[in-house]
Amino acid sequence: MKSRSIKVDYLARVEGEGALLVKIRGKEVTDVKFRIFEPPRFFEAFLRGRNFTEAPDITARICGICPVAYQMSSIHAMEDACGVSVTGQLRALRRLLYCGEWIESHALHVYMLHAPDFLGYADAIQIAKDHPAVVHKALQLKKVGNDLVTLIGGREIHPINVRVGGFYKVPRKADLAPIAERLKWARDAALETVRWVATLKFPDFEQDYEFVALTHPDEYPFNEGRLISNRGMNIAVREYEEHFMEEHVKHSNALHSVHKERGSYHVGPLARYNLNFEKLSPSAKQVAKDVGLGLVVRNPFKSIIVRSIETVHACEEALRIIDQYEMPERPFVDVKPRAGVGCGCTEAPRGMLYHRYRIDDDGIILEAKIVPPTSQNQKTIESDLRRYVERNVDLNQEQLTWQCEQAVRNYDPCISCATHFLKLEIDRE
Amino acid sequence: MDRNRKPKLAVWKFSSCDGCQLSLLDCEDELLAVAEHIEIANFPEASRAVAKGPYDVSLVEGSITTSHDAERIHQVRQQSKVLITIGACATAGGIQALRNFKDVKEFTSIVYANPQYIETLNKSTPIADHVFVDFELRGCPISKHQLVEVLSAYLNGRKPNVPPYSVCMECKRLGTPCVMVAGGTPCLGPVTQAGCNALCPSYNRGCFGCFGPKEMPNTSSLSEWWTKLGVDNDGILRAFRTYNAYAEPFRKESEAHEE
Repeated sequence: MKSRSIKVDYLARVEGEGALLVKIRGKEVTDVKFRIFEPPRFFEAFLRGRNFTEAPDITARICGICPVAYQMSSIHAMEDACGVSVTGQLRALRRLLYCGEWIESHALHVYMLHAPDFLGYADAIQIAKDHPAVVHKALQLKKVGNDLVTLIGGREIHPINVRVGGFYKVPRKADLAPIAERLKWARDAALETVRWVATLKFPDFEQDYEFVALTHPDEYPFNEGRLISNRGMNIAVREYEEHFMEEHVKHSNALHSVHKERGSYHVGPLARYNLNFEKLSPSAKQVAKDVGLGLVVRNPFKSIIVRSIETVHACEEALRIIDQYEMPERPFVDVKPRAGVGCGCTEAPRGMLYHRYRIDDDGIILEAKIVPPTSQNQKTIESDLRRYVERNVDLNQEQLTWQCEQAVRNYDPCISCATHFLKLEIDRE
Repeated sequence: MDRNRKPKLAVWKFSSCDGCQLSLLDCEDELLAVAEHIEIANFPEASRAVAKGPYDVSLVEGSITTSHDAERIHQVRQQSKVLITIGACATAGGIQALRNFKDVKEFTSIVYANPQYIETLNKSTPIADHVFVDFELRGCPISKHQLVEVLSAYLNGRKPNVPPYSVCMECKRLGTPCVMVAGGTPCLGPVTQAGCNALCPSYNRGCFGCFGPKEMPNTSSLSEWWTKLGVDNDGILRAFRTYNAYAEPFRKESEAHEE
């Protein structure tokens, strides 16, 4: 029987170091491994003994692509532990900061990491040679997101203005006016992006996933809400660990997170969209209808469309927040430490990010647990690869390898995050 | 350098958060122009195309934390005419160098259920501990303006203009009132190298040392000032033990505050 393997030793256009190995015997896939060889960095260990106020700056360093997500999940967890709730304009400013991160991260992934696969280019710089206007617009869209993060957070990578209880300094209303003008342009650019990516060619690959995302009565989810799924789960963030657990497998330096009863699940843009469509901004909902996307998307290759729709939403939500903004009297509320446990869950661009801390009366961290989105998607990525290769086993080696890479990139995996703390090999035996 | 040939750039990753190499993609206004003058020959975060070495300039992100990486960095050096480290991980060992002060076995068992699967070195070390480094660019993350400056300097055969003085100089130039003298806020600015444009003080916050020790820092004097401001020994230790904890002046100062 003819055997072969597909191997990608260093997966490109993802954040971090990963590899793929798929083993095929005849037409049967015998093994799939999405290997994360990014070296472990031990954040949960060295957070022990640090002060609770240090968590947002330290955990930001887990990921240079989505530092805001780490800052947000950590501050919400600490405020939960200390019994403080941040409301009003400070809460709105946090959402505004998150809008910036969604815009820059989604624009980066849609145009520079994912689109080249659909168009058959190695990277966005190659695309620019043939279609300079497209890449130019993409970079400007990304820049608006980065500039919004910089305006609220101080800088785009590892912002310095976020603290437990609020911010160090808050902008005046007039400071936000220039970016509002650019966000209007960005919203239109994002709408064009949706219409453009909807015309790409998608493999027929509908899958039956358990989607898990935050949900909130009035808002498309960023910072808070309950965790729900399309299979009836509806829990408070505090109950997360009663329903999910992490497994440590030999081939990966990232822990696999699974639902205790039902195994693999799916977090990220598809999960948010499918579970919260009605909460999207008006233009985002309208453009989804215009391009005929439907209310439920089960094809992970179409995540590029959903990311673009979420970019429209983030621009429009940012404009709404700026319009209603009044400068708060104080940039933060006081947070006094008390012994206890706090949990925080927010929606990073690539999916739900869970933090839990136990602190003592002096605010010293005794225990930390962080479950990044890529850990949660890792098992789903492997099962996607298995099914995808089974259906496309007749493709030649080069095409199959490239499409397997694309199937991983569907999830915008952030491998630096997933290694608490990937390599692609397809091996046809 | 042959004037008719575009210089070849490679970007390498070791243990890190990817933020410093992302700074290159965050140069939204410059990226396409840079790509016209430089061949981006090996940059896995941005492209699946890889052109073989040797490379004119290699940017190295991340610290060395595994035996495999300790070998790989030598291969990178062999293929690179100029090797520039970018960021606190590559230049000082990064936040993951906090393990250097503890027992790494204990760390592994805190995070992983099966510590025997994990292969890691006891210490996280900077690139310069392993190979010759032509230039070390500081920061957690680096400044993208300094990155463009360093690239342009090496490609034009001149010395990069990256000042080794302290954050205080930047505050003075901006006219930002001193957060420590005027506000009583503990600040690492006097011992930290400039490069961020004194960002934190302009947000009413003390500097927390992203760019690592400045040239000849007087850390013990600063610690005395912090003590006068009411920071206890443990607070001072933690302040020096973050993203540049293993850079010698910060390491020694934190060790001086161990009980």
